[in-house]
Amino acid sequence: MLRHEPWSAERASGIIADHVHLEGATLPILHALQETFGYVDSGAIPLIADALNISNAEVFGCVSFYHDFRKAPATGRHEVKLCRAEACQAMGSDALHREILGRLGCDWHGTAKDGSAHVEPVYCLGLCANGPAALVDGEPVAHLTADALEAALTEVRQ
Amino acid sequence: MSVTLYIPRDAVALGLGANKVARALFAGAERRGLDVTIVRTGSRGLFWLEPMVEVATKEGRVAYGPVTLKDVDDLLDAGLTTGGDHALRLGDPETIPFLAKQQRLTFHRCGVIDPVSVEDYRAHGGYRGLENALKLDAEGIVAAVRESGLRGRGGAGFPAGIKWNTVMLAKSEQKYVVCNADEGDSGTFADRMMMEGDPFNLIEGMTIAAVATGATRGYIYLRSEYPQAFETLKEAIVNGVKAGVLGENILGSGKTFHLEVRLGAGAYICGEETSLLESLEGKRGIVRAKPPIPALKGFLGKPTLVNNVMTFTAVPWILENGAKAYADYGMGRSLGTLPIQLAGNIKHGGLIELAFGITLREVIEEYGGGTRSGRPVRAVQVGGPLGAYFPDHLLDTPLDYEAMAAQKGLVGHGGIVVFDDTVDMAAQARFAFEFCATESCGKCTPCRIGATRGVETMDKVIAGIRPEANLKLVEDLCEVMTDGSLCAMGGLTPMPVMSAITHFPEDFRRAGDLPAAAE
Repeated sequence: MLRHEPWSAERASGIIADHVHLEGATLPILHALQETFGYVDSGAIPLIADALNISNAEVFGCVSFYHDFRKAPATGRHEVKLCRAEACQAMGSDALHREILGRLGCDWHGTAKDGSAHVEPVYCLGLCANGPAALVDGEPVAHLTADALEAALTEVRQ
Repeated sequence: MSVTLYIPRDAVALGLGANKVARALFAGAERRGLDVTIVRTGSRGLFWLEPMVEVATKEGRVAYGPVTLKDVDDLLDAGLTTGGDHALRLGDPETIPFLAKQQRLTFHRCGVIDPVSVEDYRAHGGYRGLENALKLDAEGIVAAVRESGLRGRGGAGFPAGIKWNTVMLAKSEQKYVVCNADEGDSGTFADRMMMEGDPFNLIEGMTIAAVATGATRGYIYLRSEYPQAFETLKEAIVNGVKAGVLGENILGSGKTFHLEVRLGAGAYICGEETSLLESLEGKRGIVRAKPPIPALKGFLGKPTLVNNVMTFTAVPWILENGAKAYADYGMGRSLGTLPIQLAGNIKHGGLIELAFGITLREVIEEYGGGTRSGRPVRAVQVGGPLGAYFPDHLLDTPLDYEAMAAQKGLVGHGGIVVFDDTVDMAAQARFAFEFCATESCGKCTPCRIGATRGVETMDKVIAGIRPEANLKLVEDLCEVMTDGSLCAMGGLTPMPVMSAITHFPEDFRRAGDLPAAAE
């Protein structure tokens, strides 16, 4: 289960200050903010820009460029990343994903009807000899089936 | 006396329940009054046997696999801790033919040692390469790399020695060594396995590069899809600094090398070296025009050596055993060994390190044992999402940079993805465009617009709307993308598309030719 703190500009400023000495600090800061709050709040953009002496546009451009950074809090209890790349396709991932999304009642980038999970596509997890593969809250799952995913979502909830 | 059990912490093993197996083995042993020590290793890369548990016995290691939770009690009752007999007993892991037939120069420690222990690394020959390098001057190290014939293992195959020499000769107060660990190609996992199983091999390789080029700072740019590798690398770096193999005065040499691991954020394009450098600087991962080359103006405008994980990890062996010994492996201008990654619909998938020159068919049949589904092989994609699809009649092509290029394919990062006869090659060609559209950085038009137009045109072909005319259009588009794109993303997307159209034409004409009115 993913647990995050509610957004706080003060807390964010502290996190930014911890990283500002790094060369190329933008990505480490964005990762740290997302880890703490579950997303990158728009309020963080001027704080980062100010700390790194770059423009708001440069920070926003960075947040929007990378697939990982969320601009709003995640709505599902768990984060599921399903691999859509070729090695998993060779093991029938396309059909499997249709079944999973059907069961959860949502589309890519969406949240399951029962709120159990948020689903994102991902292109390769390096589990290519054991596909189809997924990451559930950062934990790898190989030889994925729709039933195994349901079990994993139930298990990590406990 | 305590018995040592080795259980992988590699992502594949974890994905198949290795943590649960480890906990159950520990608890089960305790209940039986057996004293066991569990060492979490990387994987040996025999992925159909994971989780593979090994036991240290008087006769050497004995492996069991694949071990699931329900086997644990049975295994302990059968005497697993003394190498006892059981249906899952594999014997000495090094005698398993898949492994015994390999030529493991780079991966010989992977799956054997505790990945985050400097002592264990050194006990298995680690840091002999760096020790030898420290006895040479910078020119001597670069000469060894050049004479070994090592070429960049990331995909482009550029001679490593030339790149190292350029950075060495560049004049600057600050230089950098950057490892491209943004292993985004589907069907590849060699970098991940290495970083999770033998991270000090990478650290040692980068340190040798730093000594040779005069760099004092280094970064490993790791993709965020590898959270386990991230943790292992961070732990290894902390332990390396403590042990005096990183930081100031490395091994008492007076040399300095500060190393940090940085996480990407889910952008495939950041595997392209200039895009990677932009990202590392904290910007959008937009490809840079070359020149200037990164070796002269790279990270923060300073001379920067960018190499792939597999390039750096080949270096300690070369410095330990000599350039000539490395160059004795391989064929033609492809020297040394290639870590081949066998994946997709395959019975025995995993990591196969061999000298260049083995054919695709030998890899798939002799190592892979055919498809996991049991159906015939129909198509094989080599070298990731930008690599060509090979039909059966081209499977006798040897894995060698030039031989693959002659068949309009590429070795890439050495990933082989096998598809059985249920594959729809028109769907695969469409996916190649879709992937490019999703992951294009957007800097140049042929890639940014071309990929989207490619998806639309493929949709028409698949729907049977004037397939011949639309396939001609796809061909034109591919030519523009190949010739007009700034980097390999747009430039090579035509490779999977055109290989699918060329070798599997029947899949593109399934819907028949609908009347024009249907459009």
